[in-house]
Amino acid sequence: MSIARRDWLFAMTGAVLVFLVVLPLAAMLFDLLRLGLPVLGWEFLLGEPENAGRAGGIFPLLVSTGWILLVCLAVSVPVGLGCAVFLSEWLPPQSTLSRGIGLSLDALSGVPSIIFGLFGYQVFAITLGMGFSILSGGLALACMVLPFIVRTSQQALSAVPDSYRQAARALSLSRTGMLWRVVLPSASPGIAAGVVLATGRALGETAVLIFTAGYVMRQPGSVLDSGRALAVHIYDLATNVTGGTGHGAATALVLLALILMATTGVRSGAGLWSRSMLEEKQQ
Amino acid sequence: MNGITQPAMDPVREESREQEAVTGSQSVAPGIRIDEVSVFYGQHCAIQKASLEVRPGQLMALVGPSGCGKTSLLHSINRLTDSVPGCRVSGETRVGNLSVNDPATALGELRTRIGMVFQQPNPFPLSVADNIRFPLREHGLRDRAELNRRVEKALRAVGLWDEVKDRLQKPALGLSGGQQQRLCLARALAMEPQVLLLDEPCSALDPIATETIEQLIRSLKGQYTVLMVTHNLAQARRIADSVTVCWVDEGCGCVVESGSREAIFVNSSHPVTRAYCSGEKG
Repeated sequence: MSIARRDWLFAMTGAVLVFLVVLPLAAMLFDLLRLGLPVLGWEFLLGEPENAGRAGGIFPLLVSTGWILLVCLAVSVPVGLGCAVFLSEWLPPQSTLSRGIGLSLDALSGVPSIIFGLFGYQVFAITLGMGFSILSGGLALACMVLPFIVRTSQQALSAVPDSYRQAARALSLSRTGMLWRVVLPSASPGIAAGVVLATGRALGETAVLIFTAGYVMRQPGSVLDSGRALAVHIYDLATNVTGGTGHGAATALVLLALILMATTGVRSGAGLWSRSMLEEKQQ
Repeated sequence: MNGITQPAMDPVREESREQEAVTGSQSVAPGIRIDEVSVFYGQHCAIQKASLEVRPGQLMALVGPSGCGKTSLLHSINRLTDSVPGCRVSGETRVGNLSVNDPATALGELRTRIGMVFQQPNPFPLSVADNIRFPLREHGLRDRAELNRRVEKALRAVGLWDEVKDRLQKPALGLSGGQQQRLCLARALAMEPQVLLLDEPCSALDPIATETIEQLIRSLKGQYTVLMVTHNLAQARRIADSVTVCWVDEGCGCVVESGSREAIFVNSSHPVTRAYCSGEKG
């Protein structure tokens, strides 16, 4: 076979594979648009659900989802980032402790989400007395996404060139000063990628939330109230409510849009922070 | 920290000033004395029983083939070897009256007294001015006017001021390799060290940038005691006052000979030195 022909064959195989990957996504999106688009509108976004979700809107669920995500990220980002910083900047990479923590993180990220749901139910809802609430749900989700945030942040931190740290040592700079001024801003786009991944998973999660945040459709008054997340709503409409398909598809479209928005928001926020830290702050 | 903000309080400088008054010498820099220093990484021996002495204000070139422990020896002087897992250093190193490996010696004090420039230019990913301002701020200098003055002084000392004065707020990583290396030198000089350790500062640069840096290093002699690792024998011959030749012996680095430039390049009787310096070996 000639070289040109071999290359052509390779390129064509690649193109077919790409098509196979895109096809299900396109089909799914087409289906969602076909079913959901007629329902979508301001009344849907701002209205209360009626008739078990067959009619009305999803506003209380949007509020619940927002709160759950906020609790989840408010806990998992600082804890995860702190853990990653400690692992990559303070602990020697070959130490037993570091390897042990790494191993348990990898094991945790492979645990099915239903386990985190049952764990969250037992610990947050029952033992700590938080009941079915936004708080229980957010905390259980935080446990689930923590390994992702730690691992991706750790990778982002270790991608910061060691020559910066060596220069800092030779200049006798404090590790904390170096961390704030150089290492974290340089790593922040990578850390943001981890947070984006976590946000996506948290927004799409149902199993954890059914056991912790509950599925009450009322708008939550505080984080101690139960609340239904969008993904739980989709699950419920698809499995328990006959005639809920249209509203389910519309909710799925809203959820997709939300994930896209959160992703862009986190990314650009990290980019802005990185630039403002690395560039001149005064004058 | 005192060394930066209140240089007059520094005991070593006081002592040197007294010496200066007695001898009339221009230099306030302390000498470096290395006595039987060995550096090990785990079981691997990087350099064994190295001894050399750099006189105050002089420039010594550390030459030799790759893997003969030159860089390890250099890194043991400001104890960068401390942060390498499994690295052990034995022997005695003194910078002026400061014993480097004495546990009582404060690492911060040692490192503010010793400036270092690495093989690859490694400015921080900050603006040009912040590369100098950030370390000074870290060491407690807060006054904005004084910070700006120190930035200008350091950049002038390395001949970079006229090239970058209009782009002080621009990212340092946008400078050329030679400019970045001079910025790194400026960053080290801004801390007002007395000793400079240069680890092949020109190896990543083109001949024109090398020439600039070389002239710069030459101008620093007298004011600072300089120990420079170089692969470039011609460079050592051009700018060094004294030369130490390292070699590899049975997988382990060692110092073959150490002496004045003439003693090494012209009058050496050591077969390894003669072969190396004449280009027959290495």
